Amino acid sequence: MSRITPEIIASHGIKPDEYTRILEIMGREPNLTELGIFSVMWSEHCSYKSSKKWLKTLPTTAPWVICGPGENAGIIDIGDGQAIVFKMESHNHPSFIEPYQGAATGVGGILRDVFTMGARPIANMNALRFGDPSHPKTRHLVAGVVAGIGGYGNCVGVPTVGGETNFHKSYNGNILVNAMTVGLADASNIFYSAAAGIGNPVVYFGSKTGRDGIHGATMASAEFDENSEEKRPTVQVGDPFTEKLLIEACLELMATDTIVAIQDMGAAGLTSSSFEMASKGGLGVELDLDLVPMREDGMSAYEIMLSESQERMLMILKPGKEDVARAIMDKWELDFAVIGTLTDTGRMVLKRHGKVEADLPIDPLAQASPEYDRPWTAPAKAPVVRLEDVPAHPPIDALKRLLGCPDLASKRWIYQQYDHMVMGDTVQRPGGDAAVVRIHGGRKAVAITTDCTPRYCQADPHEGGRQAVAEAYRNISATGATPLAVTVNLNFGNPEKPEIMGQIVEAIKGMGEACRDLDFPVVSGNVSLYNETQGQAIQPTPAIGAVGLLADVGKHTTIAFKAAGNAIVLLGECKGWMGASLYLRELCGREEGAPPPVALHRERRKGELVRALIADGLVRACHDVSDGGLLVAVAEMAMSSGIGASLDAPSSPALHGWCFGEDQGRYVLEVHPDDLPGVLEAALAKDVGARVIGTTGGHALSVGGQSAGIDDLRTAHEAWLPAFMGAEMSGH
Amino acid sequence: MKAAVIVFPGSNCDRDVAVALEASMGAKPLMVWHRDTELPAVDLVVVPGGFSYGDYLRCGAMAAHSPIMREVKARAEAGTRVLGICNGFQILTETGLLPGVLMRNKDLKFICKDVTLRVENDRTDFCRYYRSGDVVRFPIAHAEGNWFVEPKTYREMEDNGQIAFRYATASGKVDESANPNGSLGNVAGIYNGHFNVLGLMPHPERLAEDLLGGADGKLMFDSLVEALS
Repeated sequence: MSRITPEIIASHGIKPDEYTRILEIMGREPNLTELGIFSVMWSEHCSYKSSKKWLKTLPTTAPWVICGPGENAGIIDIGDGQAIVFKMESHNHPSFIEPYQGAATGVGGILRDVFTMGARPIANMNALRFGDPSHPKTRHLVAGVVAGIGGYGNCVGVPTVGGETNFHKSYNGNILVNAMTVGLADASNIFYSAAAGIGNPVVYFGSKTGRDGIHGATMASAEFDENSEEKRPTVQVGDPFTEKLLIEACLELMATDTIVAIQDMGAAGLTSSSFEMASKGGLGVELDLDLVPMREDGMSAYEIMLSESQERMLMILKPGKEDVARAIMDKWELDFAVIGTLTDTGRMVLKRHGKVEADLPIDPLAQASPEYDRPWTAPAKAPVVRLEDVPAHPPIDALKRLLGCPDLASKRWIYQQYDHMVMGDTVQRPGGDAAVVRIHGGRKAVAITTDCTPRYCQADPHEGGRQAVAEAYRNISATGATPLAVTVNLNFGNPEKPEIMGQIVEAIKGMGEACRDLDFPVVSGNVSLYNETQGQAIQPTPAIGAVGLLADVGKHTTIAFKAAGNAIVLLGECKGWMGASLYLRELCGREEGAPPPVALHRERRKGELVRALIADGLVRACHDVSDGGLLVAVAEMAMSSGIGASLDAPSSPALHGWCFGEDQGRYVLEVHPDDLPGVLEAALAKDVGARVIGTTGGHALSVGGQSAGIDDLRTAHEAWLPAFMGAEMSGH
Repeated sequence: MKAAVIVFPGSNCDRDVAVALEASMGAKPLMVWHRDTELPAVDLVVVPGGFSYGDYLRCGAMAAHSPIMREVKARAEAGTRVLGICNGFQILTETGLLPGVLMRNKDLKFICKDVTLRVENDRTDFCRYYRSGDVVRFPIAHAEGNWFVEPKTYREMEDNGQIAFRYATASGKVDESANPNGSLGNVAGIYNGHFNVLGLMPHPERLAEDLLGGADGKLMFDSLVEALS
């Protein structure tokens, strides 16, 4: 066995003080296998050592929460004995190095987190951030990531029902690929990961173990430099067909009474799954690595334990149930092996070729892993931009530019590559405020959305954190669904820098406030740090994935105008907030100013009002106002229907502020004239500002003396992304 | 009518088509596992969409050699109605039950969207509730739907009325703008020479209920129930 040198320690991403701690824990020098295990278990990716302290401040409970953070995914009760299991997770670093496989295995990993708890995955979403479109790598990364997500999700047969995509130069060297899965489980048949029962068999099933992905977790916990492409071998390779078999085999096995505990092998593979299961159960494990199904000969204990080969699961079976489980795995042609037993020692003992290769205490590596209180500095507040200081462009000209800018341009080119209809329950396809997916065989449905506005978070992470949660709340409410819970996917730069740590702390504080005030608990999540290349960090991107419930799917609302002659009603106040707006960035070339503030108490009232109006059948169409402001929202309602609108702008604020200000907490409603008094009365009773701003009809959108045909707007909206990606096809 | 749905390990539209069948038939179809060597007595066999065996080779190529497909082929030759949707269509061409091949889409990408189709032949058990010339809306979701057959066979198929559906504009015009994948003659679905086997790339089962955005597909299942009951 080779000596552990400072170079080996450093190459495992272990800091000198952490190594001192390892020596204390071990009471001796670790061998290479043991050091490798420490390195992955204590990596930022697996241990959350920089963020744990702050994550604990997030609200995680509500009467409908069955399982909060700490398990493979979060679980909420949706009544009738049914539960929704969901989580969002990043696969940023691998997707930058190898976009197709990185993104594909990101989807595979999050699917496993959900079905390992006993849920059938019913929907996928993804939140993507790419670099500046003019950056030479951007097209290649978009093409690869989208193909990878589609290639995996389409094959496993889970619909990819929506998401979001942004472009900004801060992601040039670090794209973000955040994948979310929502699953449906029987509330009385949920599976957890805590091992139990001394002497019970530890069972491996799924794909064989190969040498791929070794040290993926460590790679994902470091900054990139100019040699990052050399890390390609640390990216795993996905096999969606095996994943599909794994889903079916797991669900079939879960219907038998055989499983004590189960967990997928995700980041850090067999190491993290075995340590976490044992640690949660307060037990020890003894594994004979010779029994692990292997793809190649001559793998060492180090390689077996650190492999991140995909589509693998670990479970603890009830005694004597091996044959039942083996028969199901045989049916699905998956590898199956009893590789060890649970012990009462609290230690992990690993044997290879009859020799003990590692003997480690479990708790210090898992639940009792390091926790840092890293120094942080609160970011300086950006000044408020005054509307008077922002030049006015004619509204329709500005609208066309905004509709065609990379962040707002139609993402049809992306979602048409995803099967978003398989499983036959997609009621609202991509393009709405939130996807609506029916609960199979019944009248209920879930609404699902992902949201974050990184430019707000850059300007003010605290306000940006609040806004991300509030926007998710609005998007769910706008379909008529009741927002229930969120998953958070925190993407930031290097936490060892106090200003980055400050972004993390402030964003979490902001999200916590919003989740608390909106009764929207955090039930799961993932943290991705070190999203930096050569010292350049990404914009802080605390992405939110949210789920809401519709009692009657027939009552959901869409954003498309339904008929001519209806009133267009704006709920919420419009002051023309220009700071950190898309208008300011896209038309004035200015990325500055404080982002629009979110008034959480009013946010909640407005959400309740909108949901009540929809439930009462008073709303024909509903859309929240977000990126680009009011005129963009109305244009989207017109483009999705082909029905135009004419708007009457008030005298104040100035027209460009009214059209493009990004004041928060607003919804646009389409209301039949007969229902208008009822809607306005209900708004008044809830103390929510509501005013009629125009009428639907015709085939054009007109405001402030300017007008454009809907087909014109559609062209502006649809052209950019295919044209941008088409350039890739021809090799330019 | 009795129906069976073949389930390969990578099938993923098996449940969807079973739901659509049940809505039209009033009874659940039988689900037949790919390793089974015997098919129960049924009036209709559906080979559903998905990624049979992962489709890492050519789509449908491995499924075509599975034991159950030998049985499906024998039944089809004896006159049982067989419907292949998407991957099921690919499998039927690989099995030799339908002519031609399905190649990679012209833009090389997976495409999922609604398309409009013109019904080309309504005198079959699959399409009796449609009228020739009708324009119907079904979704597609495939990467390999670019159908091709050599010209002589194509002309014979046209003459025989074996073209079932063509991609068309909403007003029924068959032109390049309506062709999503480069398919020869905008062909979206075809019959065999006896009109008891239909293969099509679009998914009628995905728009068989108004809540999901339309019900044009339901008429195909209603037609089969009407014809085979």
